[in-house]
Amino acid sequence: MVKSPTEKKVREPLFHIVKRDAIPWWKAWLIRIAAVLIALVVVAVITLVMTGQDPIEMYKAMFDGAVGNSTRTWNLLQDTALLLIVGLAVTPAFKMRFWNIGAQGQILVGCLATTFCMRTFTGKVPTAVLFILMIAFALIAGAVWALIPGIFKAYLNTNETLFTLMMNYIALNLVAFFCFRWSKNSGNDVIGIINRSSKTGWMPDIAGNKFLLNIIIVAVITVAAFVYLKYSKHGYEISVVGESENTARYIGINVKHVIIRTVLISGALCGLAGFLLVSGVHHTLTTDVEGGRGFTAIIVSWMAHFNPFYMILTSFLIVFLEKGAIQVASAKNLQLDDNFSDIVVGIIILFIIGCEFFINYRIKFKSKDKAEEARE
Amino acid sequence: MSFILDKIIYVLANAINNGMPILFGSTGEIITEKAGHLNLGIPGVMAVGGISGVVTAFFYQQSASKNTFLMILLPLLATLLGSLVMGLIYCFLTVTLRANQNVTGLALTTFGIGIGNFFGASIIKLSHSELTSVRIDETSKVFKATLPFASKLGFIGELLFSYRFLVYAGIIIALVCAYVLKRTRVGLHLRAVGENPATADAAGINVNKYKYVSTCVGSMIAGLGGFYYCIDKNGWSNDNIGPFGWLAIALVIFAIWRPNLAIFGSILFGLLLNLYDLIPALELNIKFPHGYDKLFKMVPYIVTIVVLIITSARKKRENQPPASLGLSYFREDR
Amino acid sequence: MEKAPAIELKNITKTFGRIVANHNVNLKVNRGEIMAILGENGSGKTTLMNMISGIYFPDSGHIFIDGKEVVIASPKDSYKYGIGMIHQHFKLVDVLSAAENIVLGLHGKYNIKEASREVARIASLYGFEIDPAKKIYEMSVSEKQTVEIIKVLYRGADILILDEPTAVLTPQETAKLFAVLRRMKEDGKAIVIITHKLHEVLSISDRVAVLRKGEYICTLETKDATEASLTEAMVGKKVALDIDRADPVDPEDRLIVKDLDCINREGAKVLDDVSFTARSGEILGIAGIAGSGQRELLEAIAGLQHVESGEITYKDPKTGKAENLRDKTPMQIRQLGVRLSFVPEDRLGMGLVGSMDIIDNMMLRSYRKGKSAFLQRKEPRDLANEIIKSLEVVTPSATTPVRRLSGGNVQKVLVGREIAATPTVLMAAYPVRGLDINSSYMIYNLLNQQKERGVAVIFVGEDLDVLIDLCDRILVIGSGHVTGVVDARTTTKEEIGLLMTKSVAHGEGGELNG
Repeated sequence: MVKSPTEKKVREPLFHIVKRDAIPWWKAWLIRIAAVLIALVVVAVITLVMTGQDPIEMYKAMFDGAVGNSTRTWNLLQDTALLLIVGLAVTPAFKMRFWNIGAQGQILVGCLATTFCMRTFTGKVPTAVLFILMIAFALIAGAVWALIPGIFKAYLNTNETLFTLMMNYIALNLVAFFCFRWSKNSGNDVIGIINRSSKTGWMPDIAGNKFLLNIIIVAVITVAAFVYLKYSKHGYEISVVGESENTARYIGINVKHVIIRTVLISGALCGLAGFLLVSGVHHTLTTDVEGGRGFTAIIVSWMAHFNPFYMILTSFLIVFLEKGAIQVASAKNLQLDDNFSDIVVGIIILFIIGCEFFINYRIKFKSKDKAEEARE
Repeated sequence: MSFILDKIIYVLANAINNGMPILFGSTGEIITEKAGHLNLGIPGVMAVGGISGVVTAFFYQQSASKNTFLMILLPLLATLLGSLVMGLIYCFLTVTLRANQNVTGLALTTFGIGIGNFFGASIIKLSHSELTSVRIDETSKVFKATLPFASKLGFIGELLFSYRFLVYAGIIIALVCAYVLKRTRVGLHLRAVGENPATADAAGINVNKYKYVSTCVGSMIAGLGGFYYCIDKNGWSNDNIGPFGWLAIALVIFAIWRPNLAIFGSILFGLLLNLYDLIPALELNIKFPHGYDKLFKMVPYIVTIVVLIITSARKKRENQPPASLGLSYFREDR
Repeated sequence: MEKAPAIELKNITKTFGRIVANHNVNLKVNRGEIMAILGENGSGKTTLMNMISGIYFPDSGHIFIDGKEVVIASPKDSYKYGIGMIHQHFKLVDVLSAAENIVLGLHGKYNIKEASREVARIASLYGFEIDPAKKIYEMSVSEKQTVEIIKVLYRGADILILDEPTAVLTPQETAKLFAVLRRMKEDGKAIVIITHKLHEVLSISDRVAVLRKGEYICTLETKDATEASLTEAMVGKKVALDIDRADPVDPEDRLIVKDLDCINREGAKVLDDVSFTARSGEILGIAGIAGSGQRELLEAIAGLQHVESGEITYKDPKTGKAENLRDKTPMQIRQLGVRLSFVPEDRLGMGLVGSMDIIDNMMLRSYRKGKSAFLQRKEPRDLANEIIKSLEVVTPSATTPVRRLSGGNVQKVLVGREIAATPTVLMAAYPVRGLDINSSYMIYNLLNQQKERGVAVIFVGEDLDVLIDLCDRILVIGSGHVTGVVDARTTTKEEIGLLMTKSVAHGEGGELNG
């Protein structure tokens, strides 16, 4: 009747995992830096084993590739800014626990709207008005693209992760369609640089620097996003809704209203990123104008714990690695394909994602545990 | 009459063929999601699965002694192994280290597609070919072999027996998964883990083991989809598998988490994907200007959204995503 | 030689962060007996049992089953030793059927039809009614509990742990359950029942172990125990509740609830024709078995619960004007100028945001103030510091996330904030649950101060002694019905207890006969 335990001696689990109370910020950053360093070593080993290339040379080439000359440095800064703005865009929604992974689509429709304005209104309206139209259309397009899943989330609790994901591919095919419709030589899907000679609707150079304006705009938005999230009533409501919908209802926040307002902001910022990409960088529309930023930005935002200022750091890190790794491919003394960058960035990101565990949890080993007890 | 039948068979065969990578991906993703894990890394997993098989096939083709059996077996094993490694990475991060599933999945997609493209491109360099893709014609010919007598059996024979063996494998895997989920103890436990891990845990189910096994097996099945796609295209070309990965995730929703429904869904998606190209072959009197193929390609996603909205509006409990989808489980949480 | 006890716990300690849930607990349960574990809420009863059933792992200590030391690292281990626990919060998968839930986690051939037959057999053996094919999400609470109990029986567990099993049952169902438990005891099973209801301890158990604030106090033979001795063990020294109760001054009607009906999410009627009046300058207590509709009643008044029919009227103390509060959102109620404060039962899930610091939690109610789009943190900071000082909140600083505070301090923050809004109506649901004696008294005093200020206080409590000593009038509620309003100064515990149970029989009678 009584099942007798089969074990002869008592076995104790080797360790068990407990949640940490809190960890000093410097310890958390030490863990993160350690993770990046380990990842770099892993990448070096993989490089050596897989390609036979000298990893030290590779890292040198990477560093050189990222900041080797002033054009590269400016490119690095601009791309950081462009990734950062998308990161900022998805953050309010994430803080609200609305998993907007549709930034890609929202950026693309922003690009589409900007291109539409450039093609349609150039020469018909003054340049200043053109810019206003471009920005307005981009903001609205991005906002609408986010609003659709937002409304269904608010009213029917439709899964927003899956919904926004689907919206990406609708946007992508929509852009592909217009690339075809607007292409110069019918059928090759290439629109070509818009207003190549007049540069109408192009973001103007500042002090002779074509990157600066983009960077300034994003810098301003970064500060604004920080203030909005931390010091505004809206930002406060976002935090409350994200933490506990019950509390939000208890204090009389209209949860649906906040969800819709926040996804509108999130989408509009993505649309603005689309505007910057077309008007400030590419001056044309292609299906890969967005460059995977929609997804990378999610990682940027999450790694920075939704803090806009930390996001500067995380987006810089990722762009630095990407840029460097791409340049590695063209380095003469190394023979690596430029897709190697995705692998390098991927490994480092996976390590950073993994290291959060050691910040949030503590592994208690049995023997050490007892020692601690004795001390106490 | 036979003309119409021919058309039907042509369209259906085309749709099945196009839908097959999606079906593999979707079956794999369904069992992963049933364990409560939304693996957005599926496109990356499929890419790695595909490239592993392609690379193996590419090198085996160049070996001196070739054997048809090994020509089939080795790429398949490589595919399974490659996608298994991806599955393990995802599991280790999301199950053991409890990392955010969305973030991990997206990172894995970037990583996996990067691996696919890197090896794809490197092998082109190695083979000194002028081509933009890695060709594995010999191997894919073997994989594309169909029953020789199928066409002799008339309409029914062609309808049922004229496909590549991987098609049957895909359908059988989906049916087996459906059966396991619905009718076996393992399936019951898996569903419980995805719905309510705390309850499953209390019932003595090893939650992490189920999560690991289902995610890894799911990845391996999805990896086969990537390889199928490469076989179909006779080789690897960069950036082409990704969209099929996302379609696979869409199909999971469309099939409301049921692998048997995913079979029909994959055929429908396959049809919609290629509908534009099929129109001329059908000799129908409908004409769409060139370029509208892009709009046709939207349709699977739109249909999926409609299904997602309808299921969330109807609130039928059985048709909802697994309740703990996307959430990490920690037993001592309180 | 004496037979080894079924379970023996030695020096079990478990902490969560800084909270010590169990400290050096010792316990023995024999076969063929029913052991009651008695303790107040938060005394660590459930945590202790969760360690036996493998949900938690003890920080230190030893567990013996039949005299052999064992390690229970997972629920699987606990099943292996024949331990079955029926949790207070049911561990069932909603989308699965009863039979599927019952066989969940078992091994061997999977045959749901055979399992269903076995389930039906066990059910009829003990007189339960169950449809094995019914999905859990379609079931009522008592049906779910039936599934839980049959699940344990199905597995042939010989050590049963029941965590407050009667909290959701009618007296008839409780009686039935007790009959089953006695039968199992005669079968030679070891049964542990966690409860804080003294009469249940006295009627069902053979021995009773008492826990207090995570510490093991003693084990008594039930036949030697009395309500008084158990209470003494449970709360420590005989506490004469020394609450100063002033007489209400010029009470006037403040909140009038009339014929209120509410239906919960599961579609069950949780409030049925509830009518009462709360008056200024007095404390109205609400007594009843847990889950009798107290929560829904307060949430309906606060504008958080949909009301099917009935009226909720507020009389403005200055103008005397009557305002209808029904079907208003909390926002609209505030805009009417109604100063309604509410200390909800779920402190960190509703009243406060756990990850926010004390200052930001102070703002929850007031952050909208002013036309500016930005937050004004000065006032909340001052308020936070003032509350920390005046209510002796133990916290490193005002910028500490409230989740890191202990239960009592969390409650001080919440009550402090609600009182700072200078309410005219103050509702508090179980405001002293899980609090130590000192914190509890501080809360009583705060409620009394509010009463003396002329606030209409509504106090939902579970401890009848407190209700009797603190309140002016007590509304007794059972299964959504009001079964009586008594004068707290003249009533007795027996009277209230009678009203609580009488109501239940009346309210659920139809269901029982059906």
